[in-house]
Amino acid sequence: MGLAHIPPIHMEVLIMLRYFLRRIVFMIVTLFVIVSATFFLMRLAPGNPFTSEKQLPPEIQANLMAHYGLDQPWYVQYFDYLGKIVQWDFGPSFKYKGQTVNDLIASGFPISLQLGIEALIIAVFFGILLGVYAAMKQNKFGDYISVTIAVFGISVPSFIMAALLQYIFAIKLEWLPVATWESFKHTILPSVALAFMPLAYIARLTRSTMLEVFSNDYIKTAKSKGFSERIIVYRHALRNSLLPVVSYLGPLTANVITGSFVIEKIFGIPGLGAHFVQSITNRDYTVIMGVTAFYSIILLLSILIVDIIYGLIDPRIKVAVKKEG
Amino acid sequence: MATHTPDQGKFVFVSHNLEQAEKIEKKSIGFWGEAWYRFRQNKLAIFGIVLLLIIIGFAIFAPMFSQYNYAKNDLMNTNQPPSSQHWFGTDDLGRDVFVRNWIGARISITIGVVAALIDIVIGVIWGGIAGLKGGKTDEILMRIADILYGIPNLLVVILLMVVFSSDKGSDLLTMIIAMSITGWINMARIVRGQVIQLKNQEFVLASRTLGAGFNRILFKHLIPNTMGPILVTLTLTIPTAIFTEAFLSFLGLGLTPPLASWGTMANEGLPAMEYYPWRLFPPAIFICITMFAFNVIGDGLRDALDPRTRK
Amino acid sequence: MEKILDVKNLEINFHTQSGTVHAVRGVDFYLNKGETLAIVGESGSGKSVTAQAIMKLLPTPPAEIVKGQIILDGEDIVPMTDKQMQNVRGNKVSMIFQDPMTSLNPTMKIGFQIAELIMKNQKVTKQEARVNTIKLLKMVGIPNPAERYGQYPHQFSGGMRQRVMIAIALAAKPKLLIADEPTTALDVTIQAQILELMKNLKQTLETSIIFITHDLGVVANMADRVAVMYAGQIIETGTVDEIFYDPRHPYTWGLLSSMPSLDYRGAELHAIPGSPPDLTMPPKGDGFAPRSSYAMQIDLEEEPPVFQVSETHFVKSWLLHPNAPKVDPPKAVLLRKRTLPGTFEKPVLVGGEI
Repeated sequence: MGLAHIPPIHMEVLIMLRYFLRRIVFMIVTLFVIVSATFFLMRLAPGNPFTSEKQLPPEIQANLMAHYGLDQPWYVQYFDYLGKIVQWDFGPSFKYKGQTVNDLIASGFPISLQLGIEALIIAVFFGILLGVYAAMKQNKFGDYISVTIAVFGISVPSFIMAALLQYIFAIKLEWLPVATWESFKHTILPSVALAFMPLAYIARLTRSTMLEVFSNDYIKTAKSKGFSERIIVYRHALRNSLLPVVSYLGPLTANVITGSFVIEKIFGIPGLGAHFVQSITNRDYTVIMGVTAFYSIILLLSILIVDIIYGLIDPRIKVAVKKEG
Repeated sequence: MATHTPDQGKFVFVSHNLEQAEKIEKKSIGFWGEAWYRFRQNKLAIFGIVLLLIIIGFAIFAPMFSQYNYAKNDLMNTNQPPSSQHWFGTDDLGRDVFVRNWIGARISITIGVVAALIDIVIGVIWGGIAGLKGGKTDEILMRIADILYGIPNLLVVILLMVVFSSDKGSDLLTMIIAMSITGWINMARIVRGQVIQLKNQEFVLASRTLGAGFNRILFKHLIPNTMGPILVTLTLTIPTAIFTEAFLSFLGLGLTPPLASWGTMANEGLPAMEYYPWRLFPPAIFICITMFAFNVIGDGLRDALDPRTRK
Repeated sequence: MEKILDVKNLEINFHTQSGTVHAVRGVDFYLNKGETLAIVGESGSGKSVTAQAIMKLLPTPPAEIVKGQIILDGEDIVPMTDKQMQNVRGNKVSMIFQDPMTSLNPTMKIGFQIAELIMKNQKVTKQEARVNTIKLLKMVGIPNPAERYGQYPHQFSGGMRQRVMIAIALAAKPKLLIADEPTTALDVTIQAQILELMKNLKQTLETSIIFITHDLGVVANMADRVAVMYAGQIIETGTVDEIFYDPRHPYTWGLLSSMPSLDYRGAELHAIPGSPPDLTMPPKGDGFAPRSSYAMQIDLEEEPPVFQVSETHFVKSWLLHPNAPKVDPPKAVLLRKRTLPGTFEKPVLVGGEI
């Protein structure tokens, strides 16, 4: 490519753009696969959305099917559906008459989003703190305690933690509300329950990365300059230890999303997760498909954001991208 | 420092003692021997093994020696708190929670192990072929894996379960298959990485010169040498599988009653938590303990097999 | 002459899984103000450990300073706490490390890695520190210092990075500079450049330097005095001339014989056979005996005493004992041999009578 005449700064921007364009294309392909797979899976399920209802006379069933376009051949329905998705229309709900999937998403997502972000902040902040503390106190008592807590943390599923927290703090001690989502106090137990496992995982990750960073030569250089342990850890070691944690943020988002399904059920929170769970029980197929597609978009977006953050933190990534591009 | 004068006779030349200079002192016990030694030193990991053995022991023997049957209803004795008759109390159909807990243990652990094994087998084959063949095959295989990796695991599992289960629940086979569908990708990546690393080492080249075919190289040479990471990943996949099963049960996609896994028991016990906590806590706690045991063992294996990982 | 560093009877152990390694087994040396002392030895001789011990950079779970004194600028640093050491490091002493590729923080700008030290020591603002940093970068020969200030290590070549390391070491305005094999990881041509730079700096700044190396060519180039280390002990020490023209220890002979030289044709190159002893079981007698063609029975039984050959030349070998047979060093060493002024007629036993 005859690009020799372009000044270096612009070149760098161009390369970064090309990189992101490739990522976005990849995202769209993945999304397409997910939506299609979901669509066909739902087709495979026995019966139609109305079979479990009280016995409807055949004409009414036929009417309903025609109304919802369910009597069309499958390829028509498929492309129809794809077309609607691109226009951000996820279709109607079959169980909640008069409501569309979009309505359910609009009402449920903000709540789930708040829950998710609170959990994320707790997990990342305290996870890193615990990990750094354990690394600094390596092989001493503080380290052993932290490591053991962390292993417990990853062994306790979020919903069990939720049940436990609910039992101890809400039912027995009555310090916090048992359920629903009315005030900030109501958000505490659910967020903590959701954050616990990721917090433990991040702590372990931070600790082991930090220990590895400590063994690097440049830490010895920093020590030879006569800096205190605190400065060495926070100014020199920390930034280099965060990269794996940043990488984990993608799976973390997925974790929080799926975790929210059960947490919302246990705490009676009217979020998108709860709607999703309900639609599974009800076999409300459009809702299942729509919410799945929606969550996939959210997940892929967050992975993209993580990549951007990654590139910002580590100046060497830009070089690698240049070489690749 | 000498303050005496040594014997004149000592000042004679001595022949080269080179063999002594070059003798390697330490006995070598071999890779696996050393790994086992390191593993034994990890108290937490040994504790995990002990825990696991105890749980498996109970799972096998407790239902055999109990007078109660896990499926038999006893409507006169519903929701009884723990007593000498029923060590963990009874549930809403009067069934003995203790026995059900250990039946649940059998099922949850079996599901976990089998699903993890299936994942490992698929992952090893997929990653092994990709790594060994290289080139186009490698690219295609790993691209597919990448796309599949981008799809949230649990969503896929949930969708599959929705499709293949009925209103009452699912059967064992469906659960295992659904759970195995996405877990293999990580293993495939690890195996591929190892294979690529080992591919160019001398013993493979030697094998090829002797005319060994593709399959032979894969199964007789490369896979045994990657056993370490395979074992570790297997051990650490099991708790994830147990978790997934419990999770699905919580969503109502669990096994058909009266079959009980820890997950379904916990799900049944949750609404009654306030008044009959003994229905929820035994399965919940044992899920955690079992996951903990496998995690700690897996960690111990990883530390023992990779000499570079300092704690 | 004033001593800037005086190390007495230093013993350092490492506690590892496979046993306790006696890495440094009783080491004595000193450094005068403005001098350059080269510490020479192969890998495992203990030279790097000694160097790092002077700044107490050894991690003290595995490492342990069993006994000895390290008197730096009049104060013994061995009993100092870590907090006290923070005033010594990067201030009185600084160090240049061996591998420039890994010794710089990859996610921190080069300029800041120098400036932070200036800010710490002199309590100046970031702007002032930046000005001084740019001056330092210029001094170590980095072109476009102002632009380079904001760049990252991966944008510098190996030689450039080592120059940055030198700048960092100099930013401390140290009384003592320790260079731990600073050119080993570099190309030969770059090596020459870096050594040239260090020589110039040495002349302008008059810093006292300890130079750790295994390369005798570097020693000849840079050092005033030399200490030869083997198996955790210093077996010979003297001025550069004494070590090159009148060495007395078989190990030193071995080192010199394995050094190719254009001046003296006809001498064969001899590699020293065998390998250094395992220091988890430190040798009873002379550590070098198993590999030495001049080993005597007593070498296998008792540790040799130290003999003084001139004001500045000390040797730890039984060969200098009056009862020892007369030996000639190998041909390659003989060809270079000169008798230097100041040499005693007979070697004198240090600390006692013969």
